[in-house]
Amino acid sequence: MAEVHDRPPEQFTLKMRRYDPESGGAPYWDEHTVELEPHRSVLEAILQARDRFDGSIGIRCSCRQAICGSCGIRVNGEPALACHTHLDAAKRGADDGVIEIEPMGNMPVIKDLIVDMDAVHWKKIQRVTPWLLAKQPVPEREYIVSKEAMVDVTQTMGCIQCGACVSDCLAMEVDPGFIGPAALAKAYRFVGDPRDDQQFERLNDLAQDPQGIFDCTHCFKCVQACPKDVNPMGQIMRLRRIATNDHHINDPNNGKRHEAAFTTLIHDNGLLWEAELLPRSYGGNSWFGKFAPPAGKELLSSLPAILKALVRGKVTPMGALKPHKLPKADLKSVQAIYDKIESRDERYELNLYITGEDEKATPPGDPVAVGVTHEIGGSEPPPVGAEPTDTPTETREPREG
Amino acid sequence: MPAHDVLIIGAGLAGQRAALAAAQTGASVGIMSKVHPVRSHSVAAAGGINAAISVDDDWHSHAYDTVKGSDFLGDQDAIEIMCSEAPAEVMHLEHIGVTFHRNDKGEMDLRAFGGASMKRTAYVADITGQALLHVLYEQLMKHHETVSRYEEWFTTSLLRDEAGNCAGAIARDVRSGRMEAFTAKNVILACGGAGQAYKPTTNGLIVTGDGIAMAYRAGAPLMDMEMVQYHPTCLVETGILITEGARGEGAHLLNAAGERFMEKSAPNKMELASRDVVSRAEQIEINEGRGVGPDGAGIFLDVTVVPRKRTLEALREIVNLGKDFAGVDITREPIMIRPGQHYIMGGVKTDVEGRTPIDGLYAAGEVACVSVHGGNRLGANSLLDTLIFGRRSGEHAAARAASIPMPDIDTHAQLREDSTRLEAIIGRSRDGRRVSEIKSELGETMNRHVAVFRDEAGLQGALETIGRLKEEAEKAWIDDQGTVFNQDVLGALELGYMVDCAEATVVAALERKESRGAQFRTDFPERNDEEWLKHIDISLDGEGTPQVTYSPVTITQWQPEERKY
Repeated sequence: MAEVHDRPPEQFTLKMRRYDPESGGAPYWDEHTVELEPHRSVLEAILQARDRFDGSIGIRCSCRQAICGSCGIRVNGEPALACHTHLDAAKRGADDGVIEIEPMGNMPVIKDLIVDMDAVHWKKIQRVTPWLLAKQPVPEREYIVSKEAMVDVTQTMGCIQCGACVSDCLAMEVDPGFIGPAALAKAYRFVGDPRDDQQFERLNDLAQDPQGIFDCTHCFKCVQACPKDVNPMGQIMRLRRIATNDHHINDPNNGKRHEAAFTTLIHDNGLLWEAELLPRSYGGNSWFGKFAPPAGKELLSSLPAILKALVRGKVTPMGALKPHKLPKADLKSVQAIYDKIESRDERYELNLYITGEDEKATPPGDPVAVGVTHEIGGSEPPPVGAEPTDTPTETREPREG
Repeated sequence: MPAHDVLIIGAGLAGQRAALAAAQTGASVGIMSKVHPVRSHSVAAAGGINAAISVDDDWHSHAYDTVKGSDFLGDQDAIEIMCSEAPAEVMHLEHIGVTFHRNDKGEMDLRAFGGASMKRTAYVADITGQALLHVLYEQLMKHHETVSRYEEWFTTSLLRDEAGNCAGAIARDVRSGRMEAFTAKNVILACGGAGQAYKPTTNGLIVTGDGIAMAYRAGAPLMDMEMVQYHPTCLVETGILITEGARGEGAHLLNAAGERFMEKSAPNKMELASRDVVSRAEQIEINEGRGVGPDGAGIFLDVTVVPRKRTLEALREIVNLGKDFAGVDITREPIMIRPGQHYIMGGVKTDVEGRTPIDGLYAAGEVACVSVHGGNRLGANSLLDTLIFGRRSGEHAAARAASIPMPDIDTHAQLREDSTRLEAIIGRSRDGRRVSEIKSELGETMNRHVAVFRDEAGLQGALETIGRLKEEAEKAWIDDQGTVFNQDVLGALELGYMVDCAEATVVAALERKESRGAQFRTDFPERNDEEWLKHIDISLDGEGTPQVTYSPVTITQWQPEERKY
C-alpha cells in the first residue's frame, strides 16, 4: 500500500469566507480547526467543521469522488473541487499554513460557498445549443462512427459542470458576456461528434459572435483549473482550427486572420513582432495590407495602451518598429518545423486526454508525433509511431491548493 | 400554484427519462430535484448498461442471467420486460447523443460484467452514468418549453386528495426557503435509494431515502427492503467505488497469500460472479485472517493484469480515483478494496408500469422495487432499470393524466403543517443530539449488523438502536436559523427519512429466516424456497409501526435452481 495511508491524523485550520445574505452584513472570515489524515480531502475537513462546530456552513456537495461536480470552491485562491483537493497539498499551498476557502469567482455568491451557477454557467451552456442535432435519417441501430471520434468527444463529455474553469476565466472577468470555457468545451462535444449534422452552423455561430471562440485570450487558466482534464482552452483552439482551416469561416472578429498573422510572423522571424501583428491581422501578409482601414481603426483604439508602454519604457520606438529576429541557424530550425508540419496531408491535434501508453518504448526522434491524436474528421488512423503516447494521468498531481 | 399532469420528484436518470417520455405525449410535466439534475447520484454509475444488442445475444439470456443473479427472487414478468426492451432503449440513447465506446468496426463495443453469460455491457469509458445523465439533461434543456424544471427544490411531503389518491407534493425552494404546494394528477417518485443510512457507503451525501420514506409514510408498501447490495470493490478507507468494469476488463482479486480466492466459491466465473457472491467470498477471506493491509481488513484488486493502454482508455476514472483517493497507481500495483454498501434492491413496491398501490403515485429507479433485481442486482442493470421503468412510468402517468381532471384540493393546511414542522426544527432547543451524530451512529449500526453477514442477535440489537435513534432524531437540533440555503434543516428531514428506511430494512431482514441473494443469515445459512420464495412487504400501520406481509414471486419460465457461478 502507498504510505499515505499510514500517516496519522493532523490538525488543519480552515479559514472560510462566509456570507449570510439575510444578515445584511458583508462577507466575513471564519476559522475552524479539524483533525484528519493528511491525504483526506478539503471537503471532508469542511464537513467535519460543519458536523461538529457549525451546521450553518453552506456548501453544495454529494459524491465525494469528483464526479457530481457540486463542490467547486476556491482553495488558497485557486479553483478546485473540495473533494478532490488533499489537505496536505492545500496546507502546503497556503501562505501561513491556514487553508483559505472561498466561493468560486465570476459567479454571484448566494450563501457561504454556494454560488449562483444558473446566472452564469448554465446560461452560457444554453447559449451553445447543447444537444445533438443528429444526422438524418436516424439509423435503425447505432450510428457507425470511428472509435477515435467517440473517445475524443468523451473528453468533453467528461466535463462535470463544476464551474472551476468559469471561476478562473480571465477573459470572462473582463468581458462577462464571453461564452466561456465550459460552454465552449460543451460546444466541441457536438462539433467533434460525427453524428451531429450542424458542424458548420455551430462553428459559424460561435465564430461570428464577438463573445465567441475568438474572445478567449489563451491564458491556460481553465486548463489548469479543470479537475477532469477536459482542457477547455484546447477545445476552444480546436473549434477555431476547424472553423478556419476546414470551413474557411471568415469572422468579423478578425480571429482567423489574427491567428494567421501570428503564424506567418513566427515563420518569418522566429519571434513575435508586435508592431507588425496588427497590420498583418487586418491586411494579411502583404505590403498593401498594412493600410487596411480596419487596422487603422484598431490602431487608433490601441494608441493609449501603446503610448503608455512607451512612456513606461516597456518598448522603444525603434525596438517596436524593427522586427526581433532569431539567429539564422535557429530561424532555419523553426522553419524546418513549419515545413515538416505543413507537408503532412492531414492535421494532427495535440490532445492531452487520449488514451494511454503501451509498455513498449516510444519510437524516438519524431517530436511532432509525440502526444498527438488523430484529428476528428480524418478517415485514416494515425500512422505507426504516432500512437498516442502521453499519459495524462501521470502529469496529474493532487492540486496544490 | 404550479399544476402539472405529471410531477416528477428526483431528476436522476429515472426522473429525467420519465419527464421526457411524459412530455413527448403532450402532457404538462414538472420535474423537481433537491439538487441540480446533473448532481444526481446516477452520475456516479460507472461501468455501463446491459442490453442484448450483440447479434449473438438474445434478451432471454439477459433475462435468465438477471433471474439467476436475483437468486430467483426477481419477478420474471418485469425482468422480461426490462431485458426485451433494453436494446431499443440503448439505441435510443445512442441516437440522442450518448458517446458509447465503439469497436474497430464503429459499432457499439460491449464489455464483460459480473453474472453475465456474455459481453453485453455498453459503456462510455467508466463514466457511463455521467454520460447518460448529462445527455438526458441536454434533452431536458432542449425541451425546456414542455418540461418545467424545479431545480434545488426539496420535497417535504406528498399530497393526497379525499379519495386517498396522490395529488401533488409540498416542496421548499432551497434557495429562497419558500414553501409551495404543487398539484399534480400524478406524481412519479424517482429520487433514488437510501445508501446514506449506511456508513460508509458508495452513495453520495444526497442519497437519503427521501422518496422511499415519503411513500411509506403515505401508506405505500415497501418490498425486498432486506436486500442491500454490498459492492465487492470499494476503497477501504472512504468507501469510494471502484467499478466492476475493472474486473470486467480482467482484473483479479487476491488475498494476503496472493491467491485468487474466487476459485473456491465461483470456479467458472471467478471474479465475475454476481456481486453478493464476490462480496461474501471477500468477507470470508477477511474474517478468516487472509485479508491484506495493516488490519487485514482489505483485499487486493489487481488491475495490473489488464493491458495498461486499455486501462487508461477504458478505466480512466478509476486510475484517477486510485491516485487521488488512495495514492495508488492501479496500472502499476494492486489496490486495497473491501465490500461496501452500494445499492438497495428494495424500495417502493410497484407494478411494471411503475404504479404503486396508491392511485396517482408512481415510482421508478432505485426508489422503486418492481422487482427486477430480487435478492441481488447484476452490475449494469441499474442504469437499465432506471431508464426502462422511468420511461414506462412517464408514459403511463401521462396516459392516466389524459383521462382525469386536475385534482381540486385545498393545499393550505398541509402547506402550513410542513412549514410549521420546519420552523419547529429550526427552533429546537439544544438539549438533544446533533443531526450529524445520530446519522453517524445509524450508519455505523447498519454497517455492523445489517451488512454482508447477518444474524438474529445483531439484527435485534440494530432494531433497538434504531428505535432509540428514531426518538433522538425527533429532538435533534441544528445550527442554521436562516431561510436561504438552509441545508441544516433539510438534513434533519433527511435523517428522519433514513431512519425510516433503516427500520424497514432491519424488520425485513429479521423476518427473512433464510439466506438468499444479499441476505446471508449465519443462523439460517441455506436458501429455503419452500418457505421463503416470496417477497416481504413492509407497511406502516396507523401507529407508525412497520407491519409485515408477503407477496408472491412471479415466475414465468425459469424455475428456481441451485445457483452456481
